[in-house]
Parts: sequence; structure tokens; C-alpha cells
Amino acid sequence: MSTFDWKKILQIGLIGGIVGVLIALVGMVEEFNERDIIAGTLTMGWTMLILTVLVMAYFVAGTVKAHSWLNVAAGALSGAVFSVVMSLLTWMVDSFDLRQTLVNASPSLVKILTFEQGIPNGLITLIVAGIVVGAVGSAIFILPERIRKAVTLGLGMVAFLGLMQDIIQVSLAGFEGLSDAIAWMFGRGIENGLSVAGAITVFLVVSVSNLLWDTNAPKVNARIEKLPQKSRRSLKWFGYGMLFLVIIYLPAILGLYLTEVVNSTGLFILMGLGLNIVVGFAGLLDLGYVAFYAIGAYTVGVLTNLSGELTSSFGWNFWFALPAAVALAVIAGVMLGIPVLNMRGDYLAIVTLGFGEIIRILALSDFLKPHIGGSQGIVNIPPPKFLEVLVNNPQTLYYFIVAGAVLALFTSQRLRDSRLGRSWKALREDEDVAQAMGINLVATKLMAFATGAAFSGLSGSILAVKLGTIYPHSFALLISINVLALIIVGGMGSIPGVFVGGLLLAGVPELLREFAEYRLLIYGALLVVMMQVRPEGFWPEATHKRELHEADEEARLTAEGQEA
Amino acid sequence: MSILSIENIHTYYGNIHALKGISLHIEKGEIVTLIGGNGAGKTTTLRTISGLLKPREGTVKLNGEDLSKYKAHEIVYKGISMVPEGRGVFARLTVTENLEMGAYSRNDKGENSRNLERVFTLFPRLKERRTQVAGTLSGGEQQMLATGRALMASPNILLMDEPSMGLAPVLVELIFDTIQQINKEGTTVLLVEQNASMALGIANRGYVLQTGQIVLSDSAEALKSNPTVQKAYLGME
Repeated sequence: MSTFDWKKILQIGLIGGIVGVLIALVGMVEEFNERDIIAGTLTMGWTMLILTVLVMAYFVAGTVKAHSWLNVAAGALSGAVFSVVMSLLTWMVDSFDLRQTLVNASPSLVKILTFEQGIPNGLITLIVAGIVVGAVGSAIFILPERIRKAVTLGLGMVAFLGLMQDIIQVSLAGFEGLSDAIAWMFGRGIENGLSVAGAITVFLVVSVSNLLWDTNAPKVNARIEKLPQKSRRSLKWFGYGMLFLVIIYLPAILGLYLTEVVNSTGLFILMGLGLNIVVGFAGLLDLGYVAFYAIGAYTVGVLTNLSGELTSSFGWNFWFALPAAVALAVIAGVMLGIPVLNMRGDYLAIVTLGFGEIIRILALSDFLKPHIGGSQGIVNIPPPKFLEVLVNNPQTLYYFIVAGAVLALFTSQRLRDSRLGRSWKALREDEDVAQAMGINLVATKLMAFATGAAFSGLSGSILAVKLGTIYPHSFALLISINVLALIIVGGMGSIPGVFVGGLLLAGVPELLREFAEYRLLIYGALLVVMMQVRPEGFWPEATHKRELHEADEEARLTAEGQEA
Repeated sequence: MSILSIENIHTYYGNIHALKGISLHIEKGEIVTLIGGNGAGKTTTLRTISGLLKPREGTVKLNGEDLSKYKAHEIVYKGISMVPEGRGVFARLTVTENLEMGAYSRNDKGENSRNLERVFTLFPRLKERRTQVAGTLSGGEQQMLATGRALMASPNILLMDEPSMGLAPVLVELIFDTIQQINKEGTTVLLVEQNASMALGIANRGYVLQTGQIVLSDSAEALKSNPTVQKAYLGME
């Protein structure tokens, strides 16, 4: 049945328009316009607006239940509403001086939004463009699923490469043979995005190969299935071997700056894996997770520093301080765990939040200043030595962090499938019933806090040697929130989800440093959209997905029942 | 010696005196029922036996051993399993995962697979739905699952809290038939019910609970013909 719900489409268009106005007024259009995705053709500012229209088109496509021209018409309509709202903004910015209150409502914004064509002409172009993008956007959603996936992926890849072009160019600059290809792909030097030809090539290569893979994947998989056990196993080991080689050579390929980005992402992932045990596996909402990070860092700092400014100087070797730091974090985890044993949900969150702040304020306090340096922190933490190699630059630290992450990955995987993992799962579902199954609540909860704290303490220790100095303000509440957000975005309780979340929420922002001003805004918007569209996260754990799509599950079962 | 005996227990919720000196005993192989209205203390009695609540006074004895030194999860290892009120299945886990959770206290793989087989024989419906998420089961199926899950711990004593709650009459009958079946296979059952006529229909003996005290105790037959019970719990004039 086809329905064309005028009101709903207008409403979506209006909401999209308001989002567009917001994007323009906070200054994102202007600032992002400095950078091109496709050189000379498409700027990043415009990409933001187009993306808004595409998201609108996605929702509009949801309201029209038919896959037909009605969809395109609906998309065009919502696009028109969007661009009319944007035109109104442009006209107002042009006619009245709004800069007293709205700093970014500047003539240059008008210039961008009117394509430098002046008021009447430019606005007409804007509206036509809105209609076209809306129509094309919803046309994407009526394509057959396979083609839609390929097209979306291709467009996404173009946007991604265009966005990351300077980093890609810099890191590929070392390869002499590639310089011609790079020059062709990226056109006019380092400040601009892909060349038009490069963008088309990327789009075609990605979409076509995705399409081919989609059609042939079952065949390939079937052929692999048919292979004898032995060659299948060797194929698997070959895959692992390749992955291993990539991991080993990554710092050499990426260069210093990107390795540094990978390192900070890695630390977040390491913490995420730990918090995932507490929040994802055991369902204990811990907002003070940064405390253990601080404890790990400060323990290493106090035990190994050579500054001589603190009253007690230990001068330990890092490799002795590291287990001490992890042990202290574990003890702190248990000490936090004991008083909160009887608390659930929101109450637990508040208490742990307080705990995190207490640790930070203690680090800042004058009372502990002689021992841990107060607001000046601890300086001159020497880099550790590993078999005569000084771990003091991003490229050596990288291996250290990878080792930590692999350890954490392995441990959480084993724990998840263990008896302890099962009791965490029961605890998360229902504490009382878990107890009636014979699960020791006290031990189970304390184990969750302790294991989570151990990983956090480990990443804190690495942070201490990575920076060489630690300050109380490195351990703000925002870190706990970031780690929690990356778990939510990746998918609660899902181990691969932690990696996805880490790359998205720690890696990408690190790469887009120049837009750091908008980081939290985009972050917040992403979380809101995620919760609406994909509440189970990007790479969800099976159980969690089932809960949020109970209706689908029931529909599937009824369908199966009818078939049977 | 009674397999389970309760002597003069007083249990409190904060300052509310919920159980005012309850004593009862259960012999091996019996089905004993506790009947009574809302707030009489039936669930509180079960929670006290299973260790989720600690009595301020009195003792719970299993084969003569005082259970007060054990925590709730340790009592499961002693052979007492509970089917909680409102079923309490793990809604996001599948039927099989729920049953596996029930076997948490048992580490013997052979025993676990025998138990699983037994549960699937008792409730063929659960076998059909073993990959389904428990939250999407019907009320009756959830009751079967909760019962099956308790059986996975190979209990000597099964505590059942209101298994008939919110179920259609035909399902109530099915559940009660299964309780009899489980009992025949050697498990002692303590059954808490509001549906007194059904409960007295399968039980050997019964206790009537009123505002935290036992007001009557007799064989099920005698209770059924007792005029007070008939009037108050069986709806007869």
C-alpha cells in the first residue's frame, strides 16, 4: 500500500531545515568550507548540508511505504522545504545585521549559501539544488538493496578519502613510485580533496567491487567450505599471518603522526575493553572509570620518576612499577566495589561518578602535594627499556600498546565465555534470579570491578610513560564519559564493538584536530542519532540486539511458524 | 527426620514484621502447599527458606542442618531450587541459555545433559523453542522455562512460587500435572499458591497462612473439607 503523508514529509523537511540552520549558525558551514572533499567542486561545508538532506531522505523514505516515484517526489518535497528554510536564513542574514548575537551570520555565509550569485539568483539555485539532492537522496533508498549498499559505500569512501586526504598524502609521500598516482588522485596539492577524476574512480572502484563481492561472496564462501579441512585451516592461518604482518609494519607505513593517533586510539580501546567488562558484561554502570586510569598513571609516576621534586623518590624500574600499578588499580576497584555492592543502576552511576571525582581532587590537593605533585603533577617519568630498546617514541610505544590491547582482547574473550562470564551475564539480566541460580553476587561484582580496573590501570601506566609527565587535569570526568560513549556507540558488551567505537570516537576526532571546536557538538549529535536509529551500536552483541529488536524477532518467528 | 523443617521463624522487611513465628516441616517425597491470601507471607516464607531473606529469629533446617550460616547462592548447592514469583526468566537470553544458567551450580557435564533431556521430555514445547528468546515466550511457556531452569540444578527440594499466576486454566492444569510428574520422579515440592483448590488437589498436606502466621495445617483432603478453608479460599458457601 502506498501512502503519501504530506504532514510527516513537511515535518521532516522542517526539522532538517532547522538542523541546517543550526549547522550554518554555529559556524560549521563557513569553517568547513575551507576544506574541499572534491577539489574545486565540493567543499566539506556543503557536504555537511548534503548529508543533512540525505539523512532527511532516509527518514522520508521510511514514511512512504512504496518503492516508486512517490518516494522521489517525497524526497524532493522535503529537500524543497529544507532549502526554503535555508534560503529564509540566507535572506535574513543578508537583510538584517544579526552579527551582534549570531557571530557566524556573516556576509561570507551568505556568499557560500548563494553560490556567490547574489540574492535572488543564488536562492533559486539553492532551492533547485535542495530539490535535486532530496530527490536523488530518496532515489538511493528505492534502489534494490544490493545496489544501494554499493552506492552508499562508494559515496562514503569518497567522503572519507576526501576528508583524510592530507593525512593519506603525507603518509604515502614516502613511496616514490606512487607519487604520480597520488598527484592524479588528489589533484591540486595538499590543501584540497580528491580530484574529480580521482573521486569518480574511487566511487566506481568501491561500488563495483562491493557489488561484485556481494554477488560472489556466497560462491566464494561455498568454495572455501568445500575445501578439505587442512587447506581451510591453512587459509585461516594465512589470514592471521597477513593481519600479523600488517600490525607489525603499521608504524612504518603510517609515519610518526599517524602512529601517535593510533596510539591514543589504542589507549582508549584498552580502557574500553576494561569498561566493557564492567558495563557491558556485568551491567554495572560505572561513571568513575577514569579513577583507575589515574591510579595506574600516578603509581607509575611516583615509583619511577627522576625529578627529585617529590619527598619520596623510589626510582623503580618501569617493569616493576607496572605490575604494582595494575595491582593498586585492582585494589582500588575492589575498594570501590565493596560499598556499592547493594546499589543498582542510577545509584551506582552517581556513586562511581563521585569516586572518579574524589580521585581527581585528591591528585590536585595540597594534602598529597609532597607525594604526587598537586596541580603541577609529576614530571620526568623516564621511558622504559625493553631488551635494550628505549620505548620513548610513538613507534616503539605502538608495540607496547598493541601488546596491551591483545592481552586485554584475549582476556575479555576468554572471560566472556567462561563460567565467570556466564555469571556476569546472569547478574546483568536479574540480580535476584542470578542469586537463586547459585551465583555469588559479591564475588561476581567484585571480579567485574577488579578486572575492569586492571585494564584501566594498565592503560594509565602506558599513558604515564607515553607522556613522560602527568597532571591531574588529564583525568577529568570527560575521559570516563568518552570511554562509556565509545562502548555505547560500538555496542554494549560487544568486543569488536569496542574497536569500532574507539576508532570512531577517539581515532577520527584525533585526525580532525582542526575542527576540535565542534568535536563535542558532533559527538553529542552522533550519540542522539545513534540512539534513535541504531540503539544497539555499530557492532552489537547478539543478546543486546535481540532485546532492542524484539518486535522483529517475533515477526521472524511468526514467519517461520507459518512456513513450517 | 524431615527433609526440611522450619522452626518459629520471624522475618522482617525493615520494621515490618512479615513472618510471626512460622513452623512447618516437609517430609521427603511430599508435595506440601502453602495457601493464603495476598500479603499472608507465602512468598516471604519461600524467600526465607532460599536465603534471600534472613530471619531475625528461628531456624531453617535441611536434613537437620541449620541453614542460617549459608548465603542464598550456597543454598542452591545444598539442593534447594526456587522457581521465583512472576517466573523471572532471563528475558534477553534464549531458552537454552536460560536452562544452562539453571545448571550454573552443577559442573558435571553428563548430569547437565541428562537434566536438559529430562526438561525437554517434561516440556516438549521448550525443545521446539530452544533458540527463541525467553522474553518472547508466552506466559505459560515462561513458567515452563522457569520450572525447567530450576530442575537443571538437580534439586532435592523445589520451591514454587505461584506457578498458576496469570495463566489460562488449561495451562494451569498442565503445569500442575508436571509438578506431580516431577514429584513422582523423586523431587520434594513446596508449592505456594493462591489457587487453593488446584494446589490442594495435588498436595499431600497443606498449611494455611494468614498475616504471617500459620492458622491451620492438615492433610490436603482434610483442608479441602474444612468449612473455614472452603469459605475463605475455595469460594464455597
